[in-house]
Amino acid sequence: MGTLTAFGKYVILIFRVFSKPEKTKIYLKQTIREIENLGVNSIGIVIIISIFIGAVITLQTRYNLESSWIPLYLIGLTARDTILLEFSSTMVGLILAGKVGSNIASEIGHMRITEQIDALEMMGVNSASYLILPKIIAAMVFNPFLTIISMLVGIFGGWLAAIITGAVTSADYIYGIQYWFEPFYITYALVKTVVYAFIITSVSAYYGYFVKGGALEVGRASTKGVVYSCILILMFDVILTQLMLA
Amino acid sequence: MIEVKNVYKSFGKELVLTDISVAFDQGKTNLIIGRSGSGKTVLLKAIVGLHGIDTGAIYFDGRDFIKMTEIQKQDLRKEMGMLFQGSALFDSLTVQENIIFPLEMYTNMSYEEKLERVNSCLKMVELEKVNHLYPAELSGGMKKRVGIARAIVQFPQYLFCDEPNSGLDPMTALVIDNLISKITHDMNITTIINTHDMNSVMEIGEKVVFIHEGFKCWEGTRNGVLSSDDKHLNDFVFASNLAKKIKNLK
Ligand SMILES: Nc1ncnc2c1ncn2[C@@H]1O[C@H](COP(=O)(O)OP(=O)(O)OP(=O)(O)O)[C@@H](O)[C@H]1O
Ligand SMILES: [Mg+2]
Repeated sequence: MGTLTAFGKYVILIFRVFSKPEKTKIYLKQTIREIENLGVNSIGIVIIISIFIGAVITLQTRYNLESSWIPLYLIGLTARDTILLEFSSTMVGLILAGKVGSNIASEIGHMRITEQIDALEMMGVNSASYLILPKIIAAMVFNPFLTIISMLVGIFGGWLAAIITGAVTSADYIYGIQYWFEPFYITYALVKTVVYAFIITSVSAYYGYFVKGGALEVGRASTKGVVYSCILILMFDVILTQLMLA
Repeated sequence: MIEVKNVYKSFGKELVLTDISVAFDQGKTNLIIGRSGSGKTVLLKAIVGLHGIDTGAIYFDGRDFIKMTEIQKQDLRKEMGMLFQGSALFDSLTVQENIIFPLEMYTNMSYEEKLERVNSCLKMVELEKVNHLYPAELSGGMKKRVGIARAIVQFPQYLFCDEPNSGLDPMTALVIDNLISKITHDMNITTIINTHDMNSVMEIGEKVVFIHEGFKCWEGTRNGVLSSDDKHLNDFVFASNLAKKIKNLK
């Protein structure tokens, strides 16, 4: 029952968010601001994590193939497919849920408890749309770039690990990452990324927007926003995989 | 003029406003007074629609607010200005950006015109050289004044102030009271002020409404406040020892 009420409230909020904006120019400005705040500021963390995970995937695959008859260039292929299929979309999505989701929920929650949202409403502004729409659009537009950056950097990280440790030769690795390349995997990853971007921004905004109480509740809302975003991301991972790859 | 008719408001099972009916006059400073927790903020927020009400009616110069659609309410709110109990300035924006905000949203004025309007509002609240400060860099009284400047920047027809001088020293409180009173008379608007400060009542209370535990107990003018025989109002007005002594002197 509680879940159903919450879902109803969420849907109503989303309808308010997508009602006609008052002044397109201001919304555009806000969106650009959010692209910087939510997107560009996440490039660093995405690069660091991708380079290490790419390296680890390569080393682990090499370890699993120890003294087997399987050709070593398959290590490159495995690293590539793991990164394209799952890591750069879903893992990066989960990491962004933690970073961006908590940021959004606490920002909007703070505005709620300090009556800033009431102040917007009193100016005749649709506060849901003004505060949330630019964040959703910014993430849906920019996160695919983060995913592509993550793919490139991850595959590069694997190569780096391969040649530093001597696990695979550079030639084998590069042959492997080109072998039997399926471009549809990228489409699949980008579709997932866009869906995740919507989930992260809208779910955490929902928890921030309906905060009641004080600073403690804002903290709780931000935790909830992150946790539910993560669960939904994993659920949609299964759903979209079944729809697109099966 | 704002008319409130038989308004009830509850949160869950707790009834916070009971059968409130009152009219607030144009061109006057209308005060809502009462003890902490008596329902002043809830009443003010119910009037402007930030809290939905259970039953009752609210008219802004004859326009039925409760029957309006969300869009119509949004439009009517553009005629209102509100100062919140905690100022509610946008803390990611500077003072100037805070005040200019409604103008950017709803007017097609040039940047110079907007800036001029902002500066004239800041001058009205006796603030200067604060344009580029952030709310966190202001004192409580300065925040209230910026809040007032933001509330009046669009020449509202209706001005709402929730505890405009709580937490201020008596002199600054007086300055703010007189400022609101002056704006009300100069612009001939309908102003409603929540307060529990007896100094404000005596200074600017052209019309005074006393709320006690969600009931309207009394209404009148500032002169009537002292001579009323409503028990709750007397308890409120003559709460301090000083006030009791003055009353006994009379
Ligand atoms: N959002 C809310 N949910 C539930 N109860 C509320 C809510 N807001 C106010 N109340 C209750 O309504 C009553 C009146 O509160 P209100 O804020 O109007 O008091 P007030 O007269 O403004 O007091 P103060 O002078 O301290 O600001 C209180 O008992 C309060 O607990
Ligand atoms: Mg109050």
